[in-house]
Amino acid sequence: MFADWPLLSLVIWLPIFGGMWVLLSGSNDRAQYARLIALLVSVVTFLVSIPLWTGFERGTAAMQFVEKGEQAWIPAFNIYYHLGIDGISMPLILLTTFATVLVVLAGWKSITRRVAQYMAAFLIMEGLMIGVFAALDAALFYVFWEAMLIPMFLIIGIWGGERRVYATIKFFLYTFAGSVFMLVALLYLYFQTGSFSILDYHAYKMDLSVQILIFLAFLVAFAVKVPMWPVHTWLPDAHVEAPTGGSVILAAIMLKLGTYGFLRFSLPITPDASRELDWLMIALSLIAIVYIGFVALVQTDMKKLIAYSSISHMGFVTLGFFIAYRIYDNTGSYDGAVMGLEGGMVQMISHGFISAAMFLSIGVLYDRMHSRAIKDYGGVANRMPIFVSFMVLFAMANAGLPGTSGFVGEFMVILSAFKANFWYAFFAALTLILGASYTLWMVKRVFFGEVANDNVAKLEDINKREFIIMLVLAVMVLLIGLWPAPLIDVMEATTQNLLQQMMTSKL
Amino acid sequence: MTNFQLANVTPAAPEIFLLGAICLVLVIDLFVADKNRIITYFLAQLSLLMTLVITLFTISNDTQLAFSNLFVRDGMADVLKIAIYLATFVVFLYAKDYLRDRDIFKGEFYTLGLFGVLGMMILISAHHLLTIYLGLELLSLSMYAMVALQRDSRSSSEAAMKYFVLGAIASGMLLYGMSIIYGVTGSLELANVASKIGNQVPGVLLSFGLVFMIVGIAFKLGAVPFHMWLPDVYQGAPTAVTLYISSAPKLAAFAMMIRLLVDGMMGLHEHWQGILVILAVLSMGLGNLLAIAQGNIKRMLAYSAISHVGFLLLGVLTGTDEGFATSMFYTLAYVLMSLGGFGMVIMLSRRGFEAENLDDYKGLNERSPWYAFMMLILMFSMAGVPPFLGFWAKLAVLEQVINNGMLWLAIVGVISSIIGAFYYLRIIKLMYFDKAEDTSPLSSSPDMQVMISFNSLAVLGLGLFPGGLMALCINAIAG
Repeated sequence: MFADWPLLSLVIWLPIFGGMWVLLSGSNDRAQYARLIALLVSVVTFLVSIPLWTGFERGTAAMQFVEKGEQAWIPAFNIYYHLGIDGISMPLILLTTFATVLVVLAGWKSITRRVAQYMAAFLIMEGLMIGVFAALDAALFYVFWEAMLIPMFLIIGIWGGERRVYATIKFFLYTFAGSVFMLVALLYLYFQTGSFSILDYHAYKMDLSVQILIFLAFLVAFAVKVPMWPVHTWLPDAHVEAPTGGSVILAAIMLKLGTYGFLRFSLPITPDASRELDWLMIALSLIAIVYIGFVALVQTDMKKLIAYSSISHMGFVTLGFFIAYRIYDNTGSYDGAVMGLEGGMVQMISHGFISAAMFLSIGVLYDRMHSRAIKDYGGVANRMPIFVSFMVLFAMANAGLPGTSGFVGEFMVILSAFKANFWYAFFAALTLILGASYTLWMVKRVFFGEVANDNVAKLEDINKREFIIMLVLAVMVLLIGLWPAPLIDVMEATTQNLLQQMMTSKL
Repeated sequence: MTNFQLANVTPAAPEIFLLGAICLVLVIDLFVADKNRIITYFLAQLSLLMTLVITLFTISNDTQLAFSNLFVRDGMADVLKIAIYLATFVVFLYAKDYLRDRDIFKGEFYTLGLFGVLGMMILISAHHLLTIYLGLELLSLSMYAMVALQRDSRSSSEAAMKYFVLGAIASGMLLYGMSIIYGVTGSLELANVASKIGNQVPGVLLSFGLVFMIVGIAFKLGAVPFHMWLPDVYQGAPTAVTLYISSAPKLAAFAMMIRLLVDGMMGLHEHWQGILVILAVLSMGLGNLLAIAQGNIKRMLAYSAISHVGFLLLGVLTGTDEGFATSMFYTLAYVLMSLGGFGMVIMLSRRGFEAENLDDYKGLNERSPWYAFMMLILMFSMAGVPPFLGFWAKLAVLEQVINNGMLWLAIVGVISSIIGAFYYLRIIKLMYFDKAEDTSPLSSSPDMQVMISFNSLAVLGLGLFPGGLMALCINAIAG
């Protein structure tokens, strides 16, 4: 019944206009009004995005829900308003609409200053992020990609912690610097093909040297966003200073934009360069997994710890993508490579839920104690049993315990890594130890043991609103962990097609 | 020779009308008491609008020459002139309250401003080296006097003096270049100059003339290394005058560059291209770097103007019609942003207080969320962040540079825009992240409020739908 609706435009523009409505209607003295409108808009957007899942045709790699203007948006540059989704982008859009509802709820009480602006920024950002996932025109993609920085810049800068100005300017400049090189690459591709259509780029043949340059330009943009070692340093700063909602969106969605970029741009547009430079990507991924895992171990700030763990987990995603070439060369069949790619994608979705849950949990503690330092806590389990039950579940998922969503993606990637090279799998598997160490050690120090001080003693357990947020996330984490088949099913055809593109030389 | 026909004058009808109108305003202003000075203001605005109407009526598709080929009217001239009327209209509007609060609400501002507009129009429509010089001097002399309008202010007088001396040197250089070109080609008419130059390899003398002309152009545009006057003048002049200098004259300077280098010396493209590349790289780099060090917003915007000039040179140096069109697009976009930027400076200033220091922008979001948002649009647009107009302007010129095989230049451009992003972000940081020190509410007249909102929203709106303006520029250049 929704087949003829411009659903993608709706999920992009509904939150953007909704955000403007919030901005214009609610001033500080009408904070509750702004909150309610924001909740309404985000829930409606989520509901509108559900048909994208139910109406999605499995078994085809073609773009679906395509919208393309009859007339060019900007005729001088042949830029079209062209939207469409496949098995890669559709789950990410749903993750975005889902996470935004949680973020609006999470900021309900803890944000008291400029509520309307806060809510509006998140709604506008939601629309822009969906735009990135849905855009099939490179210029449109870039517009959404960059415009998204503006609300995030303000969110960290206005509602962030003490060093928020430093963190947010660093965040903006890092990502902006990465992106402009992508812009140059896109302009070059436009010059060559006369089009900004991403699908045209997929079919365009290039020399290896050109491919390598374009690959590197994309790499700068996406590596900053993922973030990959060594351009990851903005993330811990941004995470620590951002308000809870900002951290959630950063970890759950924004980091995925980088890996999504690899899937949509780097791999299919420059397959030969990807093959040529896969050693670099694998090395950076393994460094992220192992080295950043060690860094996470020594953190004293909970948010920073989770931020580093995010970088480490994102290393799995890029590893899963770029081992495909070696697996194919070793085994001669697509099967192992498909598993690696799908593992990376599942990891993207799963990390979206787990990191959102972790940051929201830390937000719950921070709202009560106004501290993120591990040493200020201890024995929280005695005071907040319900909360700690949830938190332990999320921590287990973060550590990759079987039965949780964190296990599925990591397991698939490690398993396929064995087919590429034993040592890749060995180093990747170290995360099972490292992840368990830093997460569970933190859990031990914060939640268990004797009640550490008077502040902890005064803690109250989570209220209904927080309970609902935790419950929904817990259900999702377990659902994907126990029954990942529907998710993988959606990705299957697109992954096969992507692999085909990756393995077909464009020289 | 002697049969003077009316048809021959119609292309210049807007100029002729404006000249008459200025004289009328000048005379009427003599009889207006100080307290009724608003009459002069309305008359000036009316003159601009009437000139706009006349220009719209005289638009035609073909290129027309007039006054024995001294004067040309073509698509580019029409578009740029209309943009100049509109920009000046906005300048006059923004300036009104500012001038009144500082007791310099005099008829001279408006008559000089209008004379400047006339100079710009002549410059844009010049088809002869002498017409170019005539238009340029009319514009420059008006601006020198305007900078000195606040005659008791030391900084204005100093700025005016610097501007006059350096401007005069630049005019001298330009004139010297012209005289050499005349010596080589035996003609002052641009079409003749172009055909004489042809495609031959230039001799020493011709190169000499070319370089001097480019120096003159670079001076007027404010491209590095001929930019020294610009920050001092922007800072020293009354903000209303800075607003004027930073907007419409950029369009005229762009037209002057097209007339001289393209209409006159396209045969020497490969020779002037290299010079423009150097000017562009230096302007983008130095402009953005030095802007970071500024604590005065007018000075910061002046350095930002220098960097924008670097970007707009990128399109021209490609030597293609598309390149000229993108440069024109860039200039129009810049003028719109600059109007808004200095407009905000005026808006935050009040009697006895100039909002010149960056710290004056602290906490603007608390004082007025709406205008903080307007300023945010302008700053992000200048930084080249989508979806605002400034992004498309940068995209367009960079695309042209890449199309013409100068990938490295595009990379220099994007690197300098990363540097540039920092100081625009700092303004936003001050407005949104810092506590207000001065909590007095903004006070400005309703017309100013409406216009500045419209101005900023136009930057957003044209950023969402840049196709029309871009097509307009392409058609204007293609003729």
